[in-house]
Amino acid sequence: MKLLYFAWVREKTGIGEEDVGLPDGVDTVGELVHWLRERGGGFEAAFADDAVVRVAVNQEYATLTAAVAEGDEVAFFPPVTGG
Amino acid sequence: MTVRVQGEDFDVGAELARMTDGDYSVGGLCSFVGLVRDVAGEDEIDAMTLEHYPGMTEKALSEIEAEALGRWPLQATLIIHRYGRLEPGERIVLVAAASAHREAAFEACHFLIDWLKTKAPFWKLEDTPDGGQWVDARDSDDIAAARWATDKKSAAE
Repeated sequence: MKLLYFAWVREKTGIGEEDVGLPDGVDTVGELVHWLRERGGGFEAAFADDAVVRVAVNQEYATLTAAVAEGDEVAFFPPVTGG
Repeated sequence: MTVRVQGEDFDVGAELARMTDGDYSVGGLCSFVGLVRDVAGEDEIDAMTLEHYPGMTEKALSEIEAEALGRWPLQATLIIHRYGRLEPGERIVLVAAASAHREAAFEACHFLIDWLKTKAPFWKLEDTPDGGQWVDARDSDDIAAARWATDKKSAAE
């Protein structure tokens, strides 16, 4: 699956995107966030607060309970501030 | 029915003229232009950099446009949003709606910018004298967007 990070989430994780295999035991966005946080360092900092980071699965907004699967594009970013 | 995400500036007059060119059923065209300010709170801003999510941005803007078309009788809509480094005074965004009557044009234009601000994946990084500062989402933007949460219909229909 493809993981994307934007704005300060990208700055904290230190990368804009990466390809990873679906980790064992990960079926939802929430489980993926938990798995990313376990990497520690910048990932732990970026995902310190579940309530702040927004998620899109295949370019549609998603919640922590949404399903993720191999081949999905999952993006993590702060609340949007365009306009 | 146009959505564009681009680095370069746009000509407001030319864009609006193109929207209604040859369509004499349009009686009202309402537009909103967002500009970069030179202050944010107490800080002076030298510039800002807009980041976005290529692919999802266009999709989100098209969905917002489609929602407006479903709610109001519109002949044309336009959303142009820039990304990259912008200095104070520069145009960031143009939204516009054309309809037979002004009420639908005004309401749809207002709706487009309110929903864009809370749904389109853009992020602003301000260059301040103290360094780069990511802009926080504002509650007032959520409240503005929430006004349109119900299926509010135009009086012009």
